[in-house]
Amino acid sequence: MIRVEHLTYQYPDTDTDAVKDVSLTIEKGSFVAILGHNGSGKSTLAKHFNGILQPTEGKVYVAGMDTSDPDNVLNIRRTVGMVFQNPDNQIVANIVEDDVAFAPENLGVPSAEIRQRVDEALKLVGMYDYRMHSPHLLSGGQKQRVAIAGVIAMRPDCIVLDEATAMLDPVGRQEVIKTITKLCREQGITVVHITHHMEECIDADRLIIMSDGKIVADGAPKTVFSQVDMLRSQGLTVPATTDLIDRLNKGGLNLNIEALSVEDCVNEIANALI
Amino acid sequence: MTPILKTEALTHRYSVGTPFENTAIDSIELEIPRGQFVGLIGHTGSGKSTFIQHLNGLLKPTAGTVYYEGKDIFASKVATRDVRFKVGLVFQYPEYQLFEETVYADIAFGPKNQKLSAAEVDERVREAAAFVGISDDMFEKSPLELSGGQKRRVAIAGVIAMRPGVLVLDEPTAGLDPEARESLFKNIEDYRNSTGSTVVLVTHSMDDVARIADRLVVMDHGRVVMDGTPEQVFSRPEELTAMGLTVPVATQIAMELRKRGVDIPDAIYTTSYLSKVLLKWKEVHDHA
Amino acid sequence: MLKDITLGQYFPGDSVVHKMDPRTKLIMVVLYIVALFLADGFAGYAVMILVTAGFVWLSKVPPKSLFKGLKPVLIIIVLTAVLNVFYTDGTVLVQVWKLKITYEGIIRAVFMVLRIVMLICGTFLLTYTTAPVALTDGMELLLHPLNKLKVPVHEMSMMMSMALRFIPTLIEETDKIMSAQKARGADFETGSLIDRAKALLPILVPLFISAFRRADELAIAMESRCYNGGAGRTRMKQLRYERRDYLALVFGVLLIAGMIGLQVVGV
Repeated sequence: MIRVEHLTYQYPDTDTDAVKDVSLTIEKGSFVAILGHNGSGKSTLAKHFNGILQPTEGKVYVAGMDTSDPDNVLNIRRTVGMVFQNPDNQIVANIVEDDVAFAPENLGVPSAEIRQRVDEALKLVGMYDYRMHSPHLLSGGQKQRVAIAGVIAMRPDCIVLDEATAMLDPVGRQEVIKTITKLCREQGITVVHITHHMEECIDADRLIIMSDGKIVADGAPKTVFSQVDMLRSQGLTVPATTDLIDRLNKGGLNLNIEALSVEDCVNEIANALI
Repeated sequence: MTPILKTEALTHRYSVGTPFENTAIDSIELEIPRGQFVGLIGHTGSGKSTFIQHLNGLLKPTAGTVYYEGKDIFASKVATRDVRFKVGLVFQYPEYQLFEETVYADIAFGPKNQKLSAAEVDERVREAAAFVGISDDMFEKSPLELSGGQKRRVAIAGVIAMRPGVLVLDEPTAGLDPEARESLFKNIEDYRNSTGSTVVLVTHSMDDVARIADRLVVMDHGRVVMDGTPEQVFSRPEELTAMGLTVPVATQIAMELRKRGVDIPDAIYTTSYLSKVLLKWKEVHDHA
Repeated sequence: MLKDITLGQYFPGDSVVHKMDPRTKLIMVVLYIVALFLADGFAGYAVMILVTAGFVWLSKVPPKSLFKGLKPVLIIIVLTAVLNVFYTDGTVLVQVWKLKITYEGIIRAVFMVLRIVMLICGTFLLTYTTAPVALTDGMELLLHPLNKLKVPVHEMSMMMSMALRFIPTLIEETDKIMSAQKARGADFETGSLIDRAKALLPILVPLFISAFRRADELAIAMESRCYNGGAGRTRMKQLRYERRDYLALVFGVLLIAGMIGLQVVGV
C-alpha cells in the first residue's frame, strides 16, 4: 500500500533531520500503529504518506505512485486520507453532512452518489443521527468521527490518523479507536495510527516505534512491548500490563511477558498464583 | 483551622430562562484544608471546569458561594478581583494564552498586575521559572520559538509567579507524551512540596493523579459523588467505570484477581504496589 | 457574554420559507428592500407590514427572536425617531421651549422606524431560515455570471463560508483567552479608554496567532481532502427552483409593481 525507501526529511530552516533514512512497507488492509514521543519524527513521516511533505532524500510510493511526481498528487490524496490532531481545524462546513460531502464534491462526484457516500460514511462512524448538527456543538470524539467520515467519503484505500487522538479525553479516544478498528477489520481499509498513547496500539497488527527520526522497533505489539528494557532505555514507557508482568518476573515469577490485554494478563497471573 | 477554600451550596446554571437552561454544578459543598493536594476527577461535561472557575471568581454562582480563608469572595468587586491572585488558575492548553514578546515578560504579566515592585517581580519570575524547569537563558526568547511543552511550562510559571495560595490546574498534561507528562507532574509535586501550597489538579486520567494526590474528589452530573483518599475512591472501581471514568489498569487487574479468589486489598492503583502485594501473597501462600 | 452574540444565526426548521431556494430568498430580499423604499403613505406601509408579517408567519420563526436581533440597533432606531419627531416642520402639536413636536414629525418618525425595523426583520428572516452554506452557495450561483469578468466568485464564496464556519470557534476561543488572562489579573472592565485598549493586547495577540495556525492547518486539511479550487466541483445539495420559488418571485415582482402603482395613484 505504502512503500517508503530511504526517506530523509529536513524541515526548512533547521539543521537536523526530522526523519533519518527510514525504509518501510505498509501492507494493504493492515492496522499499523506508529508510536513515539513528541519530536520522534512520527508525524513528519506520516505527512509523507499523502504528499503533504516531499522527501528531502529517498522516495515514497503510494499504491505504486511516486509522491514526488506532481501529476500524482490528486490520486494519492484520494487514495490516502488524512485525519489531523485538532478536530476544529479540519472541519470546513457548518453542518455535519455538508462537511462530509466536501471531499467527494471536490472530486466531482455526481450529486446523487455524494448523498449515498455521505450517508454511508456517517453510518460507518456512527454519526448518522447527527448529520444535521452543527459541528462546533459536538464533543471532541464526535468531531473526529465526523472528520473520519469526511475522509471515508472519498473511498480511500488507506486512512492515516496523524495524532488524531492527542487532544481527546479517554472517552473520545475510545470512540475513535473503536471506529478505526472497525473500518480496518470490516471494510478492509488500511489504517495507520500515529499516537503517543501505548494503550491505543494494543489491537494493532503491527507496532512501529520511532525515536529520534529512526525506527527503533517494529513488529506485533506483543513482541515489541516485551522488549521492556530496550523501550525504557529509549525513554519510552510500556503498557501497565507489561510493566506489571515485568515487575513480577523480576520478583521471581516466570510469566509470559506477551500477555498484553488486561484479560490475558489476569489469566497469566491467576495461573501462576492459584 | 479555617480551610483555605470552602464552597457552600455552590450552584451554577447556564442560560437561565431559556429552553437551553442547564445546571452545570449543583449544590457543591467542599472544604479544602491548607496544603492539601486534591485530584478533581470527572469526565467531560461533569461540571469540573465550571466548578474551578468559581474558585477564583471568574464565574459567579447562581446560588451559594465560595470562601477563601473564611471570607466570601463574592462579597465585593474588590474581593472577587483579589482572589484571582490568591487562587491561581491554569486553564487547559494554557500555551495558547501567551502573548508577550519574551518569555520573561509573559511570566511577569501576573505579578505586574499585582502592582509589585520591579525587584519583586524579578524575584517571582525567576522562582516560578525554576519550578517548571525553564532556564534563565530562555528568558529573552519569544514564546513562539519554544516547543509546545516548553510553552506550557511558561504558561504555568505565569500563574505560579503570582504566588497563589491555591494552584488550580485544569488538565495540565493534556496532549503531552508520557515522558513530558511524567516530568511535568514531578515539577508540580516539587512545587507543592517546597512551597506547601494547596494544589487542585483537574483530570480525567486517574492513573497519574492517584499517585500524587492526598485526596480525590469525583464529580458526575454537576455533583460531588465521591470524596476521599485514593484508597477509598479506588475501592469502588465498578462505580467509577459506570461513570465513564477509566480506572487504572492496576486497579482493574486487582479487581479481576480478587474475583478469582486472590484475597488482596481492594485499593490498589499502581503497578509497583500491585506487584509487591502479589509477590507477598504468593510467598505467604507458598509457605502455607 | 460573548457567546450571546447572534451573528447571522440560523434556526433550523422545515417551513416553506426554509425550503425555498436560497437564490429565491436572496432575490426576494432585494425586491423586498426595493419595495420598502418605494413604500410611501399609509397604504404602502400597511401592505409592507402585512407582507412582512405574512413571511414571518410562513417561516415559523418566533417573532421574539426577530425582535431580539433589533437590540443592537436600538440606539439608531431611537435616534432616528427623535430626530424626525423634532426636526420636521408642520402642524405644531406640542411646543416646549424651542422644541416642537409636529403631526408630520410623528408620522415620519413612525414611518422611518417601521422602515428600519422591517428592513432588519426581512434580512434577519433570510439568515434565520437559510443555512450559511446554502446562503453562500446561492450567492455563488447568482453571481456566477461575474466569473466571465474574472471576478473570483467561487473563492469569495468559499472565504465567506469559512468565515461563517469559524465565527463560533473564534468567539469561543476569545472567551477562553479572556478568562485565562483574567485569571492572571488582567483587567478589562476598569480604567481609561487607553488602559482598556491596552488590556486588549493580551487577547488579540494569542487570538491572531491561533487564527493563523488554524488557517494553516485548515489549508492542509482541505488540500488533503482534494480541494483544488472551484473547477470541476460538484455539489451534494443541488439547488433547484420549485413551484414555490416561481410563485415567490412572481409575488415579489407584483409587490414592486404594486408599490409603484400606489405612488402613481398617490394614496
